[in-house]
Amino acid sequence: MDDFSALLAGFQVALSWHNVGFMIVGVLLGIVVGVLPGLGGPNGVAILLPLTFGMDPTSAIILLSSIYWGALFGGAITSILFNIPGEAWSVATTFDGYPMAQEGRAGEALTAAFTASFIGAISGVLLITFVAPLVAKFALRFGPAEFFAVFLLTFCSFIGMGKDNRIKILVSLCIGFLLAGVGMDTISGDLRMTFDVAELMRGFDFLVVVIGLFGVSEIFLTVEEGLAFKGKKAAIDLKVVLRTWAGLPRYWATLIRSSIVGMWMGVTPGGAIAASFMGYGLAKRFSKRGDNFGKGEIEGVLAPETAAHAAGTAALLPMLALGIPGSATAAVLLGGLMIWGLQPGPMLFVEQKDFVWGLIASMYLGNVAGLLIVLATVPLFAAIMRIPFAIVAPIILVVCAIGAYTVGNSIFDIWLMLLFGVVGYVFKKLGFPLAPMVLALVLGDRAEDAFRQALLGSGGSLNVFWANGLVTTLVVLSAILLFWGPLSDLVGWARSRGQGKPALGAAE
Amino acid sequence: MSLSADIEQPDDPGARGPSKRAVEIVVSLILIGLAAAVLYDSYGRGAGWNGGPESGFFPARVGWIFLAGSLFLLVQAFREPPAIFATWSQLLMVAKVFGPLALFVVLVEPLGIYAAAAIFTAVFMPIVGGARWYTVIATSVLVPLVCFVVFEIEFLVPLPKGPLEAMFGY
Repeated sequence: MDDFSALLAGFQVALSWHNVGFMIVGVLLGIVVGVLPGLGGPNGVAILLPLTFGMDPTSAIILLSSIYWGALFGGAITSILFNIPGEAWSVATTFDGYPMAQEGRAGEALTAAFTASFIGAISGVLLITFVAPLVAKFALRFGPAEFFAVFLLTFCSFIGMGKDNRIKILVSLCIGFLLAGVGMDTISGDLRMTFDVAELMRGFDFLVVVIGLFGVSEIFLTVEEGLAFKGKKAAIDLKVVLRTWAGLPRYWATLIRSSIVGMWMGVTPGGAIAASFMGYGLAKRFSKRGDNFGKGEIEGVLAPETAAHAAGTAALLPMLALGIPGSATAAVLLGGLMIWGLQPGPMLFVEQKDFVWGLIASMYLGNVAGLLIVLATVPLFAAIMRIPFAIVAPIILVVCAIGAYTVGNSIFDIWLMLLFGVVGYVFKKLGFPLAPMVLALVLGDRAEDAFRQALLGSGGSLNVFWANGLVTTLVVLSAILLFWGPLSDLVGWARSRGQGKPALGAAE
Repeated sequence: MSLSADIEQPDDPGARGPSKRAVEIVVSLILIGLAAAVLYDSYGRGAGWNGGPESGFFPARVGWIFLAGSLFLLVQAFREPPAIFATWSQLLMVAKVFGPLALFVVLVEPLGIYAAAAIFTAVFMPIVGGARWYTVIATSVLVPLVCFVVFEIEFLVPLPKGPLEAMFGY
């Protein structure tokens, strides 16, 4: 098999000493990022991205994707020990993780969470290994119209499948598109939407926006909620780990179900957050011990963690194969590809074989390394949470500011970061989802280019979007996804009216 | 930690705050304003067809969707059930972070990022509370110093520097 030998070559690339070193550093940094409130996956990667401009792209993406794995692992630590989700996708982990810690079973809960994360991630990587090349090969036939249709599909599924207020998702997407449009137009050379402000000529860099939206705003939210970190003690020794592992095969059904849910939600941009809740909800419904959920049931830790990690990993599939990220962090990584001079999209599998397979191999290794490191270092990272917020917050904010500055060596960007910090705070309080905005900001230019080129080719006629079977299918699928949510709401509403009581299962 | 003690005081006036509806309305009005600005700008440059889509073509179309969505949000905002956005004491806490942070950004230009970070940390920590004076001093010296070593010396990333660094020859 051609791809198999490519994967083996990838392992050779990923297993070189300095790449393994980057992997370990990345995982450690990622855990820190995942543990600390105010630093998250997208934000942590965004801050470090400028430091990698001079690096070899393969090493750079191994470092950054390892941060991503670390952040996925790290989120579970705070959820279980402190009942504070370090990341939004680990909210569901607190439901059963914290009760377990209260019962003194913290070590068991943590082992279960990490192992579940690992299983989820590996299933995501397997999906990428086998499916991504096929998708990429298929996508080589895409023209501008097809690409625009795929973008459309992404955005429509965001709106249709999203759990937030759909108008708010739509508005959030529009803001992202418009922010992407600010500055010099690459085709005509016109200055767009700058309103004669010289600083806006460069446009809005997505990294600055991400650091503000996800980093600074998170600090505002944390102080507002007045979090007091009161954690449970955790000691993980080999005995606990082995005992927990011995008990895991019993939950194979939950693990498989959550992996599938996670992979699906990751490829379609439902995201890790939705996946973790769905995994939890499904496990609760199908488990024999469903009534125990919320009281410290190990299955309630396994289900969301597997799903979240599977989704987080699978989100990289469309990013690699199509150049369309499935999550905010994947969007930031995609932006990195462009900065390192790689053109994301299906051609990546043809032109940059070493890079792609090196990355895929590093996903396997990174997750193995992540599991071992996180099991070994839990007490250390739990200790980080005991540092008073008054010390942690200024450090995070200074690092955010440095990150924002290094993107374009501009102090104006630090102001923008502050502005988007406030925007992020208000938007989060009002229930505007932020991920669509980042996605649209990263993809905006490329979606617009595809749209323009498609229209140029057809002389301005919109018929190009149903000119052949492929593009028509994509457009129809987009429409179905777009209206799926509103229609199912309507059906649920009608049914609950008919029965005179709320529809069961609507919560999931 | 006195941070939590500040907030957990169960005082009645502290439970009041701006209503969520008011904030929703203000935000949707701002969004409508932005949408109008986008449309004005796009049509000003040309959003039609001139041998190909003009530069305002795509933003204008997104702008119309944006405007429609924002108008819908405004309508929705009026039907928002009464709730508060955040209590005044919570907003005060946010302001306590925002104030020093804004000061920090102002100081970056004249003093450089490291000195500004030191001042920021020294101002921020007593305001938020929960740290003793020697921790404050240690943190505000160490944080910029570590950043300096990491970025300036290790990664060779040039960050804004001011008179203080110039004194040491950087």
